[in-house]
This record gives sequence, structure tokens and C-alpha cells, in this order.
Amino acid sequence: MKFSEQTEAKLERLLAGFPPDRKRAALVPMLLFIQDEVGAVTPEVVEEVCRRLQIAPLEVEEVLSYYSMLRRRPAGRYHLQICTNISCMLVGGAELFRHACRKLGIGNHEVSEDGLFSLEEVECIGACCWGPAMQVNYEFRHRMTPEEFDRLVEQLRRNASSQAPE
Amino acid sequence: MPEAVRLTIDGRTVEVEPGTLVIEAARRVGIRIPSFCYYEGLSLAGACRMCLVEVEKAPKLQTACTLVAAPGMVVRTDTPQVAEARRAMVEFLLTNHPLDCPVCDKGGECELQDMAFAYGAAESRYAEAKYHVPERAFSPVVYYDRPRCILCYRCVRVCEEGMGVGALGVINRGGRSEIAPNRGDRLECDECGACIDICPVGALTSGMYRYRTRPWEMQHVGTICAHCSDGCKTTLGVYHNDIIRGNNRDRSGLNGEFLCLKGRYAADFVDHPERLRSPLARRDGRLAPVSWAEALALAAERIRRAVERGGPIGIIGSNHTTNEENYYLQKLARQGLGTRNLDHHRTGDVPALMAALGGRPGGEATLAELYTARAVLVAGSDLAQQHPLLSWQIRADWRHHQAHLYVVTRGPVREDRYALRSLRVSPGEELAGVISLAEELKREPQLVVVFGDAIQGGDVARLVEFGDSLNIPVKYVCLVDYSNSRGAADMGLLPDLGPGYQPLAEPGLSLAEMLAAEDLEVLWVVGANPLKDGRRAPPGAFVLVQDLFLTETAQAADLVLPAASAYEKTGTVTNVCGQVQRLRPAVSRSGVKTDLEIFGLLAHRLGLDLGPATPEAVLSEILATTPGYDLPLDLLAAGVSLQTRPVAGAAASRRGEVRSAGDTLFTSGTLGRYADILSRVEEAPGGLYRG
Amino acid sequence: MLHPEPHPLEVTVLTRRFRLPNSASIEVYLATRGYEAFRKALALTPEQIIEEVKKSNLRGRGGAGFPTGLKWSFVPRGTARPKYVVANADEGEPGTCKDRLLMQYDPHALIEGMLIAGRAVEASAGYIYVRGEYRYLIEILDRAIEEARGRGFLGRNILGSGWDFDLHTHSGAGSYECGEESALLESLEGKRGVPRIRPPFPATAGLFGCPTVLNNVETFCAVPPILLEGGAAFAALGTPRNGGTRLFAISGHVRRPGVYELPMGFNLLRMIEEVAGGVREGRKLKAVIPGGSSCPVLRAEECDLAMDFDSVARAGSMLGSGGVIVMDETTCMVKAAARILRFYAHESCGFCTPCREGTAWLAKVLARLHEGGGRAEDIATVRETARNMLGRTFCPLGDAAAMPALSFVEKFREEFEAHLEGRPCPFEEVAAHA
Repeated sequence: MKFSEQTEAKLERLLAGFPPDRKRAALVPMLLFIQDEVGAVTPEVVEEVCRRLQIAPLEVEEVLSYYSMLRRRPAGRYHLQICTNISCMLVGGAELFRHACRKLGIGNHEVSEDGLFSLEEVECIGACCWGPAMQVNYEFRHRMTPEEFDRLVEQLRRNASSQAPE
Repeated sequence: MPEAVRLTIDGRTVEVEPGTLVIEAARRVGIRIPSFCYYEGLSLAGACRMCLVEVEKAPKLQTACTLVAAPGMVVRTDTPQVAEARRAMVEFLLTNHPLDCPVCDKGGECELQDMAFAYGAAESRYAEAKYHVPERAFSPVVYYDRPRCILCYRCVRVCEEGMGVGALGVINRGGRSEIAPNRGDRLECDECGACIDICPVGALTSGMYRYRTRPWEMQHVGTICAHCSDGCKTTLGVYHNDIIRGNNRDRSGLNGEFLCLKGRYAADFVDHPERLRSPLARRDGRLAPVSWAEALALAAERIRRAVERGGPIGIIGSNHTTNEENYYLQKLARQGLGTRNLDHHRTGDVPALMAALGGRPGGEATLAELYTARAVLVAGSDLAQQHPLLSWQIRADWRHHQAHLYVVTRGPVREDRYALRSLRVSPGEELAGVISLAEELKREPQLVVVFGDAIQGGDVARLVEFGDSLNIPVKYVCLVDYSNSRGAADMGLLPDLGPGYQPLAEPGLSLAEMLAAEDLEVLWVVGANPLKDGRRAPPGAFVLVQDLFLTETAQAADLVLPAASAYEKTGTVTNVCGQVQRLRPAVSRSGVKTDLEIFGLLAHRLGLDLGPATPEAVLSEILATTPGYDLPLDLLAAGVSLQTRPVAGAAASRRGEVRSAGDTLFTSGTLGRYADILSRVEEAPGGLYRG
Repeated sequence: MLHPEPHPLEVTVLTRRFRLPNSASIEVYLATRGYEAFRKALALTPEQIIEEVKKSNLRGRGGAGFPTGLKWSFVPRGTARPKYVVANADEGEPGTCKDRLLMQYDPHALIEGMLIAGRAVEASAGYIYVRGEYRYLIEILDRAIEEARGRGFLGRNILGSGWDFDLHTHSGAGSYECGEESALLESLEGKRGVPRIRPPFPATAGLFGCPTVLNNVETFCAVPPILLEGGAAFAALGTPRNGGTRLFAISGHVRRPGVYELPMGFNLLRMIEEVAGGVREGRKLKAVIPGGSSCPVLRAEECDLAMDFDSVARAGSMLGSGGVIVMDETTCMVKAAARILRFYAHESCGFCTPCREGTAWLAKVLARLHEGGGRAEDIATVRETARNMLGRTFCPLGDAAAMPALSFVEKFREEFEAHLEGRPCPFEEVAAHA
């Protein structure tokens, strides 16, 4: 498996940071960076990572199933992650999440039919002072309200239709 | 000797060597600290938290399994706080445990049950839904039931550390953590079942044993595995005259708790559908059942006729029969029938080693010494495949004592991963490979050399010469294949050597010569399958075969006598290190007789007076007369394994007559074909020299 | 994320560059005495550097508050093995979002702090372990590292000193447990975030089994000012044994939530009332979690308290990671406790018995209680389960879950009782009728 130039460059830099006999150390970010491009850690990705790091599939499986950001199936084009942990909860995070479910017609860890959106109720994302907070893929959105959320969704829909699908 | 550490546990003073864990220090004085994840010999986990103890000046309870004893340390295991912690830990473990003890295989021998009984509370306060996922088959012999699992990680560690396989891991996290096999939905491994035995609860269960009976309904018979030459003790669980399982949880025997697939599961040959239960005689060209009386009469008549006419009789003995049977057979042959044509399938050149060592004391290593040796050299064997117990011992030696390991083989082997040096050589270059390591080996304080059939004949003498030239103490292990291959040689099933490697005035025919002989009157094959490669029986000879199955050789026989298996008889066998151990009968099968019984009955019919053909009487004679076997009977009878004493052997075999069958973990010669379980675990890699 | 101006009560030491345009660039950093502290450190012996840090009374900003200089002094000298410096940028304690700002607005301060630490222990490389969700910070940090390399602050023969040291960023992928130092090292080695048996501690056996200095981002960021102005000056900013300033993230029911740099020992009530603008909508203060969600909750009347490690500990809680979570009178404490415990059950690595089973048990009981299925014995069950976890788990995560559970149920017992016997949550009722 070959990845885009950017991803390959990232992986190369990652591996260069460790002694040659410690390549395995790159595993966690490697999976995440590849997932960013492929959309998920597929069996092919696991195989490729095993080949590159010279480790066994079980070693990847142990790690893949441990970290909550790693996934086996692709998320939506826009992965909406809404924090409902204590600080966000105090200022309406849980209500925002429920609103998002209704708005998109999907539940937690589900992908909308058009593949555009997926929704995840996440634990603290480090935006406690600016809640309710969420992330669109890696981009933070602070002080969200249901109205703001609706505007965001419309905006993303417009973005998607104006851009050629990747 | 470093100074002892003195500490106090429950008011008692304990002295231990530096580095001792508190949990072990407590055991020395009879104070048992409960634990699940702590397991002697494996890396530390600290996961189950059962072993919490109070330590003076420590702000909180400490885990005795990770705490190293320190001078002046004051430990208490008997306080209300400790009792409460244990009760709480049992309660935590039981929250998601299904409590299906009535139908659990482990019920009655479950450490969680014992722990709940000893330290738990009568009732649980847990009132929430329990986490449930369905049970899964990791392989035909390994099943995993996540809800029962207490996540002590013993299985993961024994597989990685003990076996050197690493086929089990932990996936998911938190309350959803579970043990996972290395191929996603299934295991690809040695299928040794160590994970099942080491599991303190009923999470990992055996495909052979599960749901068949309860532990307390079985009789437990400790005997020696019928397959390879390592001589593992296996404790057979017997229920209604059926062998339900094999294990060695009590760590008795020289294998401790080690068993491979064969010792644990491969007793199924006992009831293979093709097992012979009646003598068969050739009538009109076909083998047909006859009575024992008819069969014995026929055999005696043909043997007598040959003796009377002076026609040559050839006898091929077994790698599986007991020392008593082998001894009696050679006595019957040499003294009774006056034939010198006696041999067996030789799988390692033990006579050559005996000759080269010339009776020097301590020339042969024991299995225990493979665990304590400072350095081990393995030449010409894929130990993990062929001698899994030796492999286990050496691996433990490396893990626990940082032993130096040298490997000289013609392909990759598991030992490469922790060997100091691994040499790849072409077949036949093994000795040269060993000799090339001279400079490194000289620097070792001592050495055990384990060698396979690649080094035989004159090369064995050269190997020992090389060992002597190192100027360090060197011990040897000459590898042989099967459960009593060593005993066959020791008891003189050889054309040129009698019991105890005593030279004979005039050698008889070797196995190959017997098969090629044109004038053989009788060919008597006991528990062997020399015709398996399509070879033909000597023309004109009356072929008498004793075996469990209708092997290729039996099919070519004129008369077949159904024999009892190793699990159905008494006697002794000698393992690859020359350690003698006792067999105990676990079951009995109708229609068959032990080989010794058959010999005795035939001797009787032939009017020979060879002494009583009972295992006890023959053993006494062996101990009294066979060089090397002057061992204390009382210890042998008590189940102790005793290494034979050094013997000054004489002759060396002719090159090419020694050949290992090259069995793997998943084959076991002809016998293995009738152990279905070995082929049912088909996904397992079984090749030699594959690393 | 930043208020336009620092609050007048703030003492901006670590945050002094935050509001400068392009504050993350090396040009701005160098123009504001950046890397001066490191140049100074290069002229000192490792012992002198550590001595200066000890003088500052700097204590670890990740949560445990261990004296930083002392930690560094545990790293063995003159070993042949490589040594490492690792920054814990896995900020994950709910209520805490300060390291994010430090890395976003002043990445070079982190780099310089790690450089000085590396010099103090004679390390050869460093890693910044950033939680996976902070992807944009990795890009900022990578850029800053590139800039620092370009100016000769990283790489071979740094500033002609003959010393080689390089830095690398590393990403987590969603695991709170990786904020625990030994679990972080496991993760950094490409494994599950399961903590290690300690001792040995990272100072002697850390990354790849080699001696390792591991500190929180804020701790490293405090090092350049200490070297620059002297340990004593930094110490003088705080209270005895609690040197310097601290970044407090104030969240929840306040008018002006945000991250504020205040001297150690700053009064908690003043922090809420004056710095964060008081409780929103004129409501009454009910409770405060002073140091991130793992710290025992304080009732309003307990909040007249100096925010330093020792004073908060005396009040029965912890200063933790400085995440001050403020709850007003409309907050249902059962709901808050249930949400917090759900988090810890989600994040428990599952390795040890009491944490794996205890967090899940507590989360289930509290959720059921809040949803109206409460039974009389639940309160005792929560207390006892939490007590049975306290101090008995493999790593501090068990305590992190048990402490809030225990403190919520003990300090707000009346609210738990109000939920029993099928009664609906009184606060949801209020909300429904409002």
C-alpha cells in the first residue's frame, strides 16, 4: 500500500524520530495519520503497518482496539464530535448532542446516509472554557448553540456540494 | 552469597535472599497471600490486586507480588484492612462474572471459587446488568468465554514468555478488554493448551474436555506421555475408563507444568476406530480375526519351527514399549531363541555418545540442568518442534538466568530469537558449525550440548573431543525421537550391544539388514512400522506383528497381535536425558494384551524359562543386572525420575543407521496418525526449521 | 479563546507572549528574550541548572505536584545509555485546557524548557506527546521545531556546545490514561496505554527502558523564566513550597470562563468572583471542583481557600491540573457525578481489577440513580465501591474516579437521597418548568 506524498512524508518523519531498532514506537500516530487519509484502519492498512514496522497483526490489533480515535470503518466526510463531559455538560453540551442527533437523523457513531456526516459523543477535548465545544474532523468549534450547529451543518453541506468529491 | 534480607511478616521474622518478593517471602513461612495474576516464573503484572498487604510506613496497601522485600520491612497480611481489601477485590471480580459454576468446566478446581470461599462475602451488592459476549472457539482445542475471564493475563504471559509463541493478546479497553488470538478469529500456535491450564477460572477451556464431566468425578492418573522422548508427566483425567484430559497442574514430574499438544490432548489414539481389539491371522491371503489362543499357538508354532530348523529369526523392537518389555524381548531373543538379529529404529546415536563419554560421571545433562546451565548449544534440531520440553527449559533458563544460547541448525528455529549466536549450516555441516564457535564457547563457564541425528557415528566422538578441548565442564544430550527410544537402546535392542551397551561377541543383523535378508524365516515386529515407506517384508518370512493399529507393517503380516498402549500399562520408560520414570495404567481396553504379557505367553508356549513376565519382576532384574540401571527401586516406584548412571559403552553404530523421523509438534510417527487431534488443529504451522 | 486583555489580577509569566501578534513564531520569541534562558543554561553545569529549578519551588503542573528539580535530580549521571526528555501534552483531565494555549501561542517556550531539561540531564532526544485531538498543535509545534533547528537550537552541536539534542512530536489517538506518565511511555513505544509497574520510575527506566525526564507542558514552559530571572524570583511569585504562577482553566457556570495565569495560592473564591466574573446570571455558587474532574468536589462554603497544592490538600481536595469547574445552584450533583464517572469508566484501561470493575459499577449505579431507578442501598454502594477502589488500583486513575464519586455522595448526600425510590431528578423538573 502506498499513501499520498504528504502522508508518506509524515510517516517518514515520524520514523526518523526513533532509533532504527525502535520503529514500533511509531505505531500509534502512524495508524492515526494513515486513517486520516484512508478513512479507517482497514485490514489492508493493518497489513501494511505490520510490514513497515515488522510487527505481528495481533500487536496492531491490541493498539487499534485500545485508542478511541482509531476506527475500522470510515466516518462521514465531516466527523462531528460533540463533547458532553462535565464542563461542556454544565453549559449545554448534552443538549447540543441531542439536537445534533435530531438534526442529522443519526445516532452516536452513525454515519448519515449520504456519507457526509458522522456523529460522535466524545469525552473532554480540551475546550472546557469554551463550551459547549465540538470538533469537525480536527477543527475546533467553540461556544456552540443549536442554532450555530444548524448553520454549521448547512455551511458544510454547501462546501461539500461546491467541491468535487475526493 | 549476598547477605540475607530480614523482614517481619505477621510478626514472624523471615530471612530471604535479596530481590525476593514479599509474596514469596511470606510463602516461605507458610503465610499464603492470595493472588491471581502473580504466577511464579512469569513476569509481574500487579493487575488483580488480590495480594494487597499492609506495610509499615506505607500510606496505602501494597501489592505483595511486586514489592521486593527490604531489610526491616514490617508487613501485615492479617489485619481487618487487608481482609476487607481481599473481600472487595473478590466482589469486584464477581460483578461481571456469570457465576455459571454449575455448568462450568472449572467448577470444583476454580481459583475464583476458592478465593470467594476463602476471602469473599456471602452476597454481592452488585445489582446491575452483567457484561456479556458470546463464547468463542479460538481453535479446536482452545475456547474462550469472556464473561468468565478475570483478566489476570496469565495466558498471555505463558504463551509469550513460557512458550515463546505470543499468540494471545489483549484487545479493547476497560470493562470490554478481552483476550484475543493472533489470527483475529482463531489461534495459530503450538496448540499446547498451556493457556487453558494456567487459566485460574473457566475462561479458557479445552475442546477435548469441555462439558464432558466434572473434575471431582474423574480419577487422576499420573503417567508419562506416550509420544516424544522428553518424558513429560501427564496427569490423565479418567472418567468411566475413558481418558478425558491430560494436564499437569500439580507441577509434578520433570516437566513442571509444561505439556505440549501431544501430552495434553493426544491420548485420543487409545480409542481410535481403527484400534485393533482382536488378533488377526492371514487366511486365504486376508487378515481375519482369530482368538488369542489360536493366535498364540500359531505364533509359537512358527517360531518353534524356525528355531528347530535353525532358520534365521529377525526381531525389530519398539521406540514406545517399556524398559521391561524391551529387556524381556532381548532376553527372549538372545537367551530363549538364540538369535542375535535384534534392532529397533534408531533415532539418535546414543551408543556413540556412551562410547565417547566412556562412563565419565556427569556426562549427560538432566532436564533440570537445561534450566540451570549457564550456556546451551543446540546442534541440528528444531527444538520447539521436536523437543518442546527441552525448548521450554532452555527458554526459561534464558529468561530467568540469562543463559547464553548457541544454535547450529540448517533452518530458522524459535531459539534464534534469544540465541547469542545462530548459525545456519548445510546438512552434514553441523559438527563443523559447532567447532567454529570454539572461541566463544571457551569463554563460557560451563556448557550443555544438545545434538540431533545430524551428529552420529564418529562425529559424536569428535564432538566430545571438541567439548573436552574447551576446558570447561560440558554435558551432553543426545536427542532421540520417541517415548522410550532411549530405553530401547539402553535395554540392548541393538544388533551389537546388549543391555547397558555391553558389547556382544558377534553382532547380528541390523534393521536394514533384516529387511533385506533373503533367508529370514520369521520377522517379528513389536510396536514398529518399518514398512511404512513402502518397503517390502523379506520374502518367505513369517511376519508376526504386535501393534495397536493395522499399520503398513501389520497389513503385510501373517499374524497381528493387538497390543496395549502406554496408557494401559505399568512399567518404566527412559527419556532423552536418560531419566527413568514410571508408567501407570490409566485405562484398560478389552481384547488387547501388553507386549510383556504377549512375550510371557509365547515364552511359556515355547517352554522357555525366562523368569516371570511381570513388570515388577523384570524391573528388579534390570536394576540388578543392567549397567547404569542400578537405581533405587523405592524411589522409582514412588514416581521419582532418576537419571541412569554413566556406562562405559563400546561400539559405535554404523553410519546411516541412525535417523530421526523428523516429527513436529503435530506429528508423532505412526502413532500420531491415530491421534486425530494432531491433524484437527490443521491451521497450526507444523514444519521444521521455519522459525 | 483569549480575552482581549489579561485580567488585571493575572501575573503573566508563562502567558506573557499570548497576545502578541505571531506569538508562535521564532522571531517574536527571540525578540522577547527567547532562548536566552537556554544560552544561560549552556554556560551552567547540569547540577547548577537543577539547583536553580529546585530553588524555584516549581512543582509538576500535570496534577501530582511533584517538585520538578528533585525529579530531574533522580536521573542518573554519566550512564552509557541514551537519555530522553518527554513532554506530556496529553492534556485530558476534564476541566483542563491550559497546555493547549501554551502550545498554540508559545510553542518555543515548551521547546526551550525541554532543551534546558535535556541539558540538565544530558539527554540526546526529546518527544512531545500530544493528544490526538490536538492535531493542529502538532502542526504548530512541528513548525516551531523546524524553526529552532534552523537557528541551531536543535540538532547537532547546538550553538557550538558540542551537545546534540533533537525534538520530535508524537500523537496519541484517544486515551485519557495516556496522560499517566508510564502509560504515556507505553503509548510512545507503540503499545496500549497501560501503565507500568513502578518503581522503577521514568527517571531511571523510562522511554525504551532508558532514563527519562517526563514533565507536563506547563512545567517545561515555566523553566525558561526560572533560568532567566532566577529560581528565587519565580518562587517568590507563589507561596512557600509552591513556587510561581499557575494557569487556571475556569469553566462551568461563570460569566467569564477562561484560562488565567495567577500566582500560586490565589484565593479560589476571588478567582471565581473577580477573575472569572462571578457565577452566571446572578445565581448562587453550589460547588467547585478545584483541579480537574478527578479532584474531590468542594461545597461553596469550602471555597474560601488558597489555591496551592498544600492548602487545597488540607481542604480535602487537590490542586490537580488547575481545572476549576464551577457549578451553580441549578446543577444536579447526581447528574454531574454520573457524567464524571461515565468518563472514567470509558477511560479505564481495564488492566487492574478494582478500576476496571469499579469505574463501570459506579457509572452504572449513578446513571440509574439519576434516571430515577435509585434504591436506598445505592448511596452506600457508591460510597463503599469508591472506598474499595481508593488507593488500591494499579495507577491513579482508580483514585481519580473514586474521589469524585465519594466526595459527591458524601458532600451532597441530600441530593442523592432526593433521587431515590423512583423520584425524578428535581433539577430536571426545575429545568422543565423554567
